Amino acid sequence: MARYDRAITVFSPDGHLFQVEYALEAVRKGNAAVGVRGSDTVVLGVEKKSTPKLQDSRTVRKIVSLDTHIALACAGLKADARVLINRARIECQSHRLTVEDPVTVEYITRYIAGLQQKYTQSGGVRPFGLSTLIVGFDPYSEKPALYQTDPSGTFSAWKANATGRNSNSMREFLEKNYKETSGKETIKLAIRALLEVVESGGKNIEIAVMTHKDGLRQLEEAEIDEYVAEIEAEKAAAEAAKKGGGASTSASS
Amino acid sequence: MLLLVFGLSFLSFFPSLSLSQHFAPTRTKPHHRISVSLNLKQRKQREEKRRMMMKLDTSGLESFSAAVPSAMAAAEDQLFAPPSFDLPAGCADFDKFQMEAKQTLKHAKGTTTLAFIFNQGVIVAADSRASMGGYISSQSVKKIIEINPYMLGTMAGGAADCQFWHRNLGIKCRLHELANKRRISVTGASKLLANILYSYRGMGLSIGTMIAGWDEKGPGLYYVDSEGGRLKGNRFSVGSGSPYAYGVLDNGYRPDMTVEEAHELARRAIYHATFRDGASGGVVSVYHVGPNGWKKLSGDDVSELHYKYYPVQPTPVEHEMVDAPPA
Repeated sequence: MARYDRAITVFSPDGHLFQVEYALEAVRKGNAAVGVRGSDTVVLGVEKKSTPKLQDSRTVRKIVSLDTHIALACAGLKADARVLINRARIECQSHRLTVEDPVTVEYITRYIAGLQQKYTQSGGVRPFGLSTLIVGFDPYSEKPALYQTDPSGTFSAWKANATGRNSNSMREFLEKNYKETSGKETIKLAIRALLEVVESGGKNIEIAVMTHKDGLRQLEEAEIDEYVAEIEAEKAAAEAAKKGGGASTSASS
Repeated sequence: MLLLVFGLSFLSFFPSLSLSQHFAPTRTKPHHRISVSLNLKQRKQREEKRRMMMKLDTSGLESFSAAVPSAMAAAEDQLFAPPSFDLPAGCADFDKFQMEAKQTLKHAKGTTTLAFIFNQGVIVAADSRASMGGYISSQSVKKIIEINPYMLGTMAGGAADCQFWHRNLGIKCRLHELANKRRISVTGASKLLANILYSYRGMGLSIGTMIAGWDEKGPGLYYVDSEGGRLKGNRFSVGSGSPYAYGVLDNGYRPDMTVEEAHELARRAIYHATFRDGASGGVVSVYHVGPNGWKKLSGDDVSELHYKYYPVQPTPVEHEMVDAPPA
C-alpha cells in the first residue's frame, strides 16, 4: 500500500487514489462547516476556533463571497482555499464578460469541482485539501441553491449539509431535524447543527446569511448570541414538556 | 534571367576583379568549424550545392558598384542604370498601396439585410444576390442563417466567412445548452461571436451580421461585424443597399405593428433597396422570430414584387401612326 501513495497519478491495485483519500482526511481534520438552504434564504456557518488575543480577527474570514450573489465556506487547508477562491472569483467575472450574465451557482460549482479534479490527474501536483460549501441565488430563477464539492472533484446539490470535523454527527442531526424553512428558522437550524459539535456560545461560531434581495450578510456576535439564547430557551422548554408529560404518564400508570 | 545577363556581362568586362571577392563566402575558405568526416557521396553533394550557390549568388552586383568609385563607376552607370520604365504610382509608398489594394478588393458587402424589433418579436429580411464585382454570381443565396430554432443570423460580406462562423456559433450555442441546461441568451451568443471576430481582427475576415432571437428577456437584436464591433439596437440594416432600406424602414416603423404589417414593411424595404442598388436583388426572404422560435413568412422574387407594387398602366396613345397611302 505504501507504494501507491507517492505519486498522485497512480491507481492502487484495488482501485483507490490514495492521495485523494488522504486529502479527504485533511478535510476531516478541518474546522466544521454547515450549510442550510431555505425557501428564500441560505445560511452558511463555520466553527471558529478561539482567536488569539493579538490576532486581528477581521483578517481571518472563513465565509467569503465569490460574487454579489454567491458565497463559499470550506473545511480543510486554508491556503489551498485561498488559491481556489481567487480562481473562482476570476471565473465569475470572466463569465460576466463573455456572456453578459452572472454565473449560476451550478456553473461556478462545476468550475471549482473541475479545477479540483484537474489536480487529481496531473503530474507532480497534489489535490486541493478542502471541501467547499457553495451557496447562492440563480440570477433569473431567483431560487436558492446549496452545493458541496470535495477533493476528488465531485459535486452535488444539497438541502442541507455539513463538512469538516464531526460532519457525520452534524449531518445526522440535520437529517433528523430538517424541514422546509425560511428566514430566521433557517438560521436557527444552522446554528443548532453547529452547536451540536461546537463548545456552546456565540464566540465559537461564525454565521453568514444570504437573501436574494440583500446579498450576503455576516451576523454580528451579538445577533448570534441572541439566536443561541433563543435556541437554549426552546430546548429547555422542550425538555420541561417532555418531563412534565413523562411525569403525568408515570403518575397515571 | 536579367540578373544572369548582368552577371555574365560583368564577368566579361572585369575578369581581373577576383571572383573570390564576391563569391568568397561560398568558396572553400578555411572553415572554423569542427571538420566532419564525410563519405564520398556526401562530399560530392556538398560540392554540387556550393557550385549551384555560386551561380545564383548575385549579392556581388550591388556591392561592386558601391565598392568601386570614380571613372569606372561612371562607365557602368549606363549599364547598371535603374530600369527605364515608370513604376506605377504608389509603389514608393507601399503601405498606402497595400491599403488601396485592399479597398478595391473589399466588396463593400454587396447585399441588403435588415432586422427590427417590434412588440410581437423580431422581423428579419434579406435579399439573395451574390455579386463578384459587376458579375452576378448567384440570385439564390440563403442570407438568413438558422443558428438554432430560436435564433437567426444574417449574412453580409464574405459568404464563406458568414456561413462558417454562423455554423461555429451554432455549435457553441448547443454546447452551452448542454453544459448549462438552459438556452444561451441572444446577448451571450452575440458576445461569443463578437469575441471570436475580434480575435481575428485585421486578418481579412469580412462579416457584417445581425443576430436576432427570442430568449428569457424577450426579443433581442445585435449587430456584430468583423472589425469586432457589437451593437445592441431595435432597427438595423446592413449592406450596400442599406441606405435605401433604412429610408423605407425608418419611415414606416411603428412598435405596435401587427405581424402582417411588419412583414409587409420589411418586404417593401428590401424591394426598394434591390430596385436602386445593383448589388442586391433576387428573392426577398422574410422571417419572424416569436416566443416559440422563428418561422419563415415569405420568399418573393423582386421583379414580380415590382409589378405587384407598380402594375403596368396601359398608356393612352396620343398620336397614332398611320401608314402613308400607297402612291
